[in-house]
Amino acid sequence: MLLHVEEAAPAPNWFVDNAWLIVLLPFVSAALTLFVGKRTPGKGAVYGIAAMAAGLVLSIGVLWQFVQHGGGTYERSVEWFTIGSLHMELGQLVDGLSAVMMIVVTAISLSVHVYSVGYMHGDQRYTWFFVVLSLFSGAMLNVVAANNLFQLLVGWEIMGVCSYLLIGHWWEEHVNSSSAVKAFLTTRIGDVPFMFGVFVLIAATGFATSNIGEIGEIVAGGELSIALVSLAALLLFGGTIGKSAQFPLHVWLPDAMAGPTPVSALIHAATMVAAGVYLVGRLFEVFWHADPTVLLVVGVVGGITMLGAALLGLVQDDIKRVLAYSTVSQLAYMVGAMSLGPIGRDAAFFHLFTHAFFKALLFLGSGSVIHACHTNNMSEMGGLRRPMPVTFWTFLIGSAALAGVPPLAGFWSKDELLVAASEGHEVLFTVMVVTAIVTAFYTTRMVLQTFFGEYRGQGHAHESPTSIVGPLVALAGATAVVGFLGAAPAGAPFFDWVFFEEPEEVHVVGWVVAASVAAVAIGVAGGYALYRRWTERDPARSLGPAYTLLENKYYLDELYWKGLIRPVRDQVAAFVNWTNRYVLDGIVNGAGVLARAVSGVIAWFDHKVIDGAVNGAANTAGFTGGILRYIQSGNVQRYAAFLFTGVVILTVIITRI
Amino acid sequence: MTGQEYAFLVLSVVGVGAAIRVVTARNVVHAALYLVVTLSMVAGAYLILSAEFVAWVQVLIYVGAVVILFLFGLMLTKAPIGREALDNQRRGVAFLVGLAILAGLVFLIQDAFGWDESRIDPSGGGAAEVGSAIFSRFVLPFEVVSFLLLAALIGAIVLSRRDDST
Amino acid sequence: MIRLALPLLFSAALFATGVYGVLARRNGVLVLMSIELMLNAVNVNLIAFGQWLGDLTGQVFGLFVIAVAAAEVGIGLAIVILIYRNRETINVDEVNLLKW
Repeated sequence: MLLHVEEAAPAPNWFVDNAWLIVLLPFVSAALTLFVGKRTPGKGAVYGIAAMAAGLVLSIGVLWQFVQHGGGTYERSVEWFTIGSLHMELGQLVDGLSAVMMIVVTAISLSVHVYSVGYMHGDQRYTWFFVVLSLFSGAMLNVVAANNLFQLLVGWEIMGVCSYLLIGHWWEEHVNSSSAVKAFLTTRIGDVPFMFGVFVLIAATGFATSNIGEIGEIVAGGELSIALVSLAALLLFGGTIGKSAQFPLHVWLPDAMAGPTPVSALIHAATMVAAGVYLVGRLFEVFWHADPTVLLVVGVVGGITMLGAALLGLVQDDIKRVLAYSTVSQLAYMVGAMSLGPIGRDAAFFHLFTHAFFKALLFLGSGSVIHACHTNNMSEMGGLRRPMPVTFWTFLIGSAALAGVPPLAGFWSKDELLVAASEGHEVLFTVMVVTAIVTAFYTTRMVLQTFFGEYRGQGHAHESPTSIVGPLVALAGATAVVGFLGAAPAGAPFFDWVFFEEPEEVHVVGWVVAASVAAVAIGVAGGYALYRRWTERDPARSLGPAYTLLENKYYLDELYWKGLIRPVRDQVAAFVNWTNRYVLDGIVNGAGVLARAVSGVIAWFDHKVIDGAVNGAANTAGFTGGILRYIQSGNVQRYAAFLFTGVVILTVIITRI
Repeated sequence: MTGQEYAFLVLSVVGVGAAIRVVTARNVVHAALYLVVTLSMVAGAYLILSAEFVAWVQVLIYVGAVVILFLFGLMLTKAPIGREALDNQRRGVAFLVGLAILAGLVFLIQDAFGWDESRIDPSGGGAAEVGSAIFSRFVLPFEVVSFLLLAALIGAIVLSRRDDST
Repeated sequence: MIRLALPLLFSAALFATGVYGVLARRNGVLVLMSIELMLNAVNVNLIAFGQWLGDLTGQVFGLFVIAVAAAEVGIGLAIVILIYRNRETINVDEVNLLKW
């Protein structure tokens, strides 16, 4: 076991040294839940909750000690296996970024665990749900805390599997299982370039290691060719496009809403989809030292996605889909910000931090509403603010954060993003502002249609139980508060923890603040104006053909289906089948026929030649005998003649010799 | 060439001639009679070689008994007369074989003893000495031969008995 | 004094004649006669050598040969007569049951 420990200061550092516990605990709870969950009172939820609570405490401890030490990087590892010159390790990398991320993951996961106790109550696979929740949490924590790419990759893949399992939790309905498959395959398409990107980076180290720190040093050292680094960056970005649902692989996220709402909150709002953004940020050295075109690509992808998804959020009836497109759009903010360089990166992480809280809050709130109304569609909701006050107020706080209303968290993080874009990146800045308007617009629409007006559904809506409402309150509180961690007037400690190469100075840029507030105001006002009253026909339909385009999600799904999936499934698969049947099987059968023919030749050989030789020997013996028997004339005198002749000859021979 | 040699030469010529007649005669009885001549000549040869006892035993047994036996045999089997009846197709081969044997023997004799080198000095070997030799040194073969004669006697009787009791 | 070659040649001639007779004669009795010729030739040889070496063994064994020959003729003729009885012929060509 090979340990190397770097310590910056002689202050107590048990938490930072043992941050790996935070990663390990969920795996342990997953195993416990799996094996003894069904027999435990409460059906096994307690293990996951305990693990996440402990993890949260430990994470806070980590951050606290980190701050006490004044920063630094704490890396510990053990050797996993070695192939040739390649050393694979298992290790933890604790710095400001991973400390913050760990808090996010454990906090949201804890909230979701508690929420699920109530939401999934009575579900036939209740225990299994918690197993996979814990497993997922462990995998995400592993991604966040890993010190080498291989370990990160393992966690990444486990997350993909858990996502599949959880989306398809109610797989009896075909819609759910096919959504799960769609999610898994689409992210897979992004995972393959990601893996190759990892391989390229390992190769760049001379096949020695996949350690993130060492890779960063090698890349920053400037000895690698820009082409190689750019290639690695683009390949890695493929993983981000897949996992973080950016254009063109964003199509899985809206369909992933088929899964239970806690799943959507944890995986598809706060954590897994954030992993793609985390990847870019963690390996920012690679992106920063690549050809500037790479960052341009990143920015373009982010820009297209953020506005496109926001527009799609306008026309959804399903409340979860609104939130899903909102997530895609907000992630695009982060991705786009990454393209702006170190300031953008730090701003993106701050937005990731805040977005996790309020998006999880929004999803859990929508779950509460769905639980009460037994429907996802906003057209069947309305006027819920009276029967469900807690849900309403918490949802309102989350929505305000999403829209960017000060002084909530979303305002501060969005402001940082705009500041980062404002210096020299006018196009992206404009897109961001426009998207902010649209975001505020659809958020207002969502709130109005759900909680205001008259109740349009069947049945009787009532407030959800405490296990559901409790986390809502907690998250709402967090949303209100965490924003100040990155607020410039408050000193922005967040940016002392999360930075690239050196901490950034954060300051208030007046006109940017004004611009973002104005965008929010415009959006809210517009939304209020159009959706104040419920109308059967959505006012957005007046956009005409544009509405149809949005309604059909830009026809992307059709494009993929007809252009990609059907041809592969039908033609490519048919071709492969033909090849298999006629070429491969043909070869195999041909080998068989050949063997038969060869054996036939051998049989002929055996029959004619060998048997022939044997029979021939016998026949020759008989034949010769048949000839020789004529000697046997029966005539004694003839025998005597031979005898005498022989005697004479022998005598001569013997006497001569 | 001594007188003995001349005498021997004459005897041998006659003997060989008679032998040839034995094997080529068309009449079996003639063959038997020619056999008598040959056997007599052989006895004469013994005399010249001073083996008197053997000579007289030769005459006694061969000429006196064996030839009679042959004649009786010929009579009992009604041997036919005529060349075709007596000689078979293999005369040519037989002649060649005989010739080969003669040639071989002559060659061997010449090779081993030469024509003129060895000489016999016929002396000793009178009847008395032969008799005493038989009954002292050769008494065992003598007894064995007597057994043989007994067996032949019994065998001949058994073989030629008519098989009436079946 | 008599050259050794003479009796030997005499014996050789008799022997060869006997061989011819054995091979060429069809009548069984005549075959037996030819055999007698051969035996006599051997006898002459024996006696001649015995006298040449001064050993009585030659004469003694000559006597024995005569005795054996006589016995053999007896048996042989008995067999011939038997064959004649069974087959009405003593043509040795026709006694060929061992023929293939």
